Amino acid sequence: MARLARLELSVEEIEPMARELSAVLDHIAKIGELDLAGVPPTSHVVELTGALRADEPRPSLPREVALAQAPAVDQDGFLVPSPQA
Amino acid sequence: MTDILGLSAAQAAAAIEKGDLGAEELFVFYRERARADADANGGGLNCFTWVAEGISDTPLESGPGWSDGDGTAGAGPLAGVPLGVKDLFCTKGVPSQSGSRILEGYRPPYTASAVTALTGAGATLVGKTNQDEFAMGSSTENSAYGPTLNPWDRGRVPGGSSGGSAAAVAAGLAPWALGTDTGGSIRQPAALCGIVGLKPTYGSVSRFGMIAFASSLDQAGPLTRDVTDAALMLRHMVGRDHCDATSLQFPHEIELPSAERLDGIRLGIPEELTGEGIEGGVLDAFKASLARAQELGAQVQNVRLPHAPHALSAYYILAPAEASSNLARFDGVRYGMRAPDATDLLDMYTRTRHDGFGSEVKRRIMLGAYALSSGYYDAYYGRAQRVRTKIAEDFRAAFAEVDLIVTPTSPTVAFRLGEKTQDPWSMYLNDFCTVPMSLAGIPAISIPCGLSEGLPVGLQIAGPAFSENRLLDAAHALERALGFDGSEARA
Repeated sequence: MARLARLELSVEEIEPMARELSAVLDHIAKIGELDLAGVPPTSHVVELTGALRADEPRPSLPREVALAQAPAVDQDGFLVPSPQA
Repeated sequence: MTDILGLSAAQAAAAIEKGDLGAEELFVFYRERARADADANGGGLNCFTWVAEGISDTPLESGPGWSDGDGTAGAGPLAGVPLGVKDLFCTKGVPSQSGSRILEGYRPPYTASAVTALTGAGATLVGKTNQDEFAMGSSTENSAYGPTLNPWDRGRVPGGSSGGSAAAVAAGLAPWALGTDTGGSIRQPAALCGIVGLKPTYGSVSRFGMIAFASSLDQAGPLTRDVTDAALMLRHMVGRDHCDATSLQFPHEIELPSAERLDGIRLGIPEELTGEGIEGGVLDAFKASLARAQELGAQVQNVRLPHAPHALSAYYILAPAEASSNLARFDGVRYGMRAPDATDLLDMYTRTRHDGFGSEVKRRIMLGAYALSSGYYDAYYGRAQRVRTKIAEDFRAAFAEVDLIVTPTSPTVAFRLGEKTQDPWSMYLNDFCTVPMSLAGIPAISIPCGLSEGLPVGLQIAGPAFSENRLLDAAHALERALGFDGSEARA
């Protein structure tokens, strides 16, 4: 699961994490007791229509501004380690 | 000589308008109080993660192409009244770290719409306030920048996640502050710090520029000394924003409350949220408030919210699920910190997230990823979405019988630092009374209603979607009758 979530957990983090998550899951599992047959899932809490804005071009962040906060930059892009070292 | 500290935000704005008080004088007064706290090096409350130098630090524009004003800082109906802003609101050029190590030093290139709405109306930015990391927590102990302390008792937490905002307002380090509420993160710290906190109807305030936790629940709102200030701030926050497709036009103007009576108002008391698990002293203050409400003419009656006890379970599936997706963007590529010496790209991702996230954030990401994973989706996420429907139906049925629903805001008064950090579920139970309203998307306000063991107790009032004016009026009438005095925390 940690791999799926792109999280590294240290050896000393694993045991408490497993214990705490199990305890939380025990509480959460109580919704399994409810009869929810035929109940539609909530996708949004308030009614919205016409939520899309007009499809008009507008300026976006200048490239140098978008790159300014990056940990590493190479020319016009974000610099990252190679996918397969 | 004006007693600046004694003025509410609305009173300060009026004093500036009349010429009795200078906007610069007011700003410097609060900046110095905020700075003294920030510079106290462990001797203060640790409310702020950044304090402004001057009024000129106030961001007025959203960003390039989204500019919605070229006004002057301090000009407008809010007359230069300084505002504390929760760290997770992006503020252009000003650190916006959402209480996380992974965003250390991040200075966004644009400003959140809720902030520009207020600065455009004349509020000035006095500082960024401390919070639980990514708004995940109920005590502000999960901040990478250290816990905030409760001004009523420095051995206790201010609540969370908007604990810096709540403590700053309670201690008089800011006249008012902006927070966000996902499952109670405005209302619960307001209750624990003895101030007013309002979570508006979902969608009424733009989420653009708020560093997201759980997008279907997150909502910005005011933390203020009194109900009038909450109305004044909300008035200038609501509205449709083309940068947030879930924002909507509020159907009417937010009025400043004037009610002094509650004649004809039917208040519903849900037994599910007012019995088991609520501390005795909190229940006593709650019952005394109901008696006051009846003296003001309100009819008090019982209502049922049969699915409310399951709200917390549903919430702790839905919110972590959304968080696990929202927090995928923190990968060490575009902003924030990056772990050094990675062997390859995947190694860089996992080590950056290991070093950058705190333990509660990791817990919720894991929980969310699990709830969304193949084979478990229907049992967890799918069921939780159905429980959410039942909770909203419960509220609709209740509001056919009553005008407003009243509960304690938090099951307990402020607890001791460290008391609940070892047991996540005991921490999550803080949100027992506030999460149902969040899941239903309806507005709710917390007002201080008394003391238990010398610590503030919050009263929560909830109403149907877009009933903010009625809610504020009822809260105003009760606030007058209860006469809570918060000046002790400002001393």
